[in-house]
Amino acid sequence: MTFALETAAHPEGLRRVAIDPVSRVEGHGKVTLLLDADNRIEQVRLHIVEFRGFEKFIEGRPYWEVPVMVQRLCGICPVSHHLAAAKAFDRVLLGDAPITASAEIVRRLMHYGQMLQSHALHFFHLSSPDLLFGFDSDVARRNIVGVAQAHPEIAKKGILLRKFGQEIIRITSGKRVHGTGAVPAGINKLVTPEERDALKRELPQMLAWAQDSVDIAKQLHAQNPALYNQFGTFRSNMLSLVRADGAMDFYDGVLRARDADGKILFDGVSDQSYLTLIEEEVRSWSYMKFPHLRSLGREQGWYRVGPLARVQNCDFIPTPRAEIERQAFMAWGQGGLVHATLAYHWARMIELLHSVEVIAELLDNPALVSGDMMTTGVRQRSGVGIIEAPRGTLIHDYDVADDDLVTRCNLIVSTTHNNQAMNEAVRAVARDYLDGRELTEGLLNHIEVAIRAYDPCLSCATHALGQMPLDVALVGPDGALIDRVLRSPQGELLHDLNAPVGLPA
Amino acid sequence: MTPVSVSAAESAAETSVAPLLVFGWGNLSRGDDALGPLFVERLRALCEQRDLTAQIDFLDDYQLQIEHALDLAGRQRVLFVDASLNCAAPFEVTALQPQQDASFTTHAMSPQALMQVFHDLHGQTPPPCTLLAIRGEQFELGEPPGADALAHLAAALSWAEGWLAASEKTQAEPG
Repeated sequence: MTFALETAAHPEGLRRVAIDPVSRVEGHGKVTLLLDADNRIEQVRLHIVEFRGFEKFIEGRPYWEVPVMVQRLCGICPVSHHLAAAKAFDRVLLGDAPITASAEIVRRLMHYGQMLQSHALHFFHLSSPDLLFGFDSDVARRNIVGVAQAHPEIAKKGILLRKFGQEIIRITSGKRVHGTGAVPAGINKLVTPEERDALKRELPQMLAWAQDSVDIAKQLHAQNPALYNQFGTFRSNMLSLVRADGAMDFYDGVLRARDADGKILFDGVSDQSYLTLIEEEVRSWSYMKFPHLRSLGREQGWYRVGPLARVQNCDFIPTPRAEIERQAFMAWGQGGLVHATLAYHWARMIELLHSVEVIAELLDNPALVSGDMMTTGVRQRSGVGIIEAPRGTLIHDYDVADDDLVTRCNLIVSTTHNNQAMNEAVRAVARDYLDGRELTEGLLNHIEVAIRAYDPCLSCATHALGQMPLDVALVGPDGALIDRVLRSPQGELLHDLNAPVGLPA
Repeated sequence: MTPVSVSAAESAAETSVAPLLVFGWGNLSRGDDALGPLFVERLRALCEQRDLTAQIDFLDDYQLQIEHALDLAGRQRVLFVDASLNCAAPFEVTALQPQQDASFTTHAMSPQALMQVFHDLHGQTPPPCTLLAIRGEQFELGEPPGADALAHLAAALSWAEGWLAASEKTQAEPG
């Protein structure tokens, strides 16, 4: 059995539409649609080529190199990989012993700075053009320059919120990029009082802008509830870390999952036991695996991660402003979970606000500027590190031999967890907006909007789809090419039966 | 809505920056994609030997991003450096103009788009910017830069000495 619209019953003779953007750093994603002669949707698939050679890149290296090297896996959230790897090797070096209070405070500050800058980039610069101007608005305007020209204050807030988050990363990790702040069993630098005070001076402004950000997202839902409730909506399970007392926590905690009705499926599971909960399935048509909960199987066990899951999986948010906003969000669901794809944006801004509040608390903690940085414990052969990265749950799992070399590595990145969910979102949009209609750039952008809500690592590529090459081939039942439409990066459409097959890299 | 004002920290940053900025981007562990950051690393070392670092800021990142528009503020000249599959070997040099392009909507921006963002945010013409594109061939994760790419890098560094000399001359000229 397959999922609805995943595989057409009779693919022969259907028209194939490929949305095939490329990206240098974050991988390669494309959407294919199979349409019949009446433009009815028969099959929709989001294919992703993940990072290549993750495991080979890491295996054989000394463990102490890995928290620095894994930052090069992804130019989008290197800090998430840095911290997940450091946490995994904490386990290898320390067993169950905790890192020092100062090490945890500094790492938390780094991580919440990362959440802040990543969420600010996504909302203000990657999604706000769609949300402010409309999904099928003029493609020339639907970009951050359009936002900067029409709403300059919004654009600048996004930049300065992101800059503040990156300054936190620089201070805690030692450098703007390629930081080394977190090391197995601790950290290698504290924050100086001068650095702390400089960040504190910026806090009131950042807090006000973070609150504004939640208000913008909330208003978008209030102004157009029919769109925001229904666009790409489907029911799913939700997975995330939560603190042991059920609070939201991005840095550490236990695994919890809810079903689509909000009922707890499991709770309080140690991150070291993730493999007892999660199984990854390979499907022939995608390079990205499809994880699901073992207890429910592949058809019922897939789930969502990231802001939508985290905000609803926790029992409360342990900072006052964000908790008020969480309650408003939950009220929107009228007693049930919110399953709307576009609600990811609202949840993401609640997390942005929470991040600023947490940063404020951490900057007041004396352990940030003084205390032991490293500790010792009982060496283990393996360790798992899980954090809630901006896009969702990130898992690093390593074995280390007595000679200190990594012998096995397994990474499950956030975008992989959301693989089935993104496919479901794309199918829901295709059913509701494309089925039976002529394809236009605006309609195809609806598909990208659904993918972009998840802020996948491929969103950098998919977001540019409106201006990326597009190749649409109409193939007859006998396999003969009947028509071929190519769209140039400048948006020009060209019918050319003799065009070379395939898109430029 | 809370109004936006340029923060004290941002103002301070704009008034204390070095007149020249060299900004390279790429991933040190993706084959020839390392050319941008390697160029920055080696030119910085060269300038340290010649005691020129007070006049130049060196920055690198995985890719250009929206907030890097703030790094252009207060500069006299900017040199962007990236590996390129499209330029002629060993490198190409292009004077840049602000331009809106498709890169605005991605996680990575073009330097022309960055200049446009600078213009829209500050209401000022950005400083003169030059793109140094160094020819690369392969960008696989975990691979070192190839021999050809390193030869192109050496040629680009030789060119950069002229760029530095021209910049020093420009700064020395009155007015």
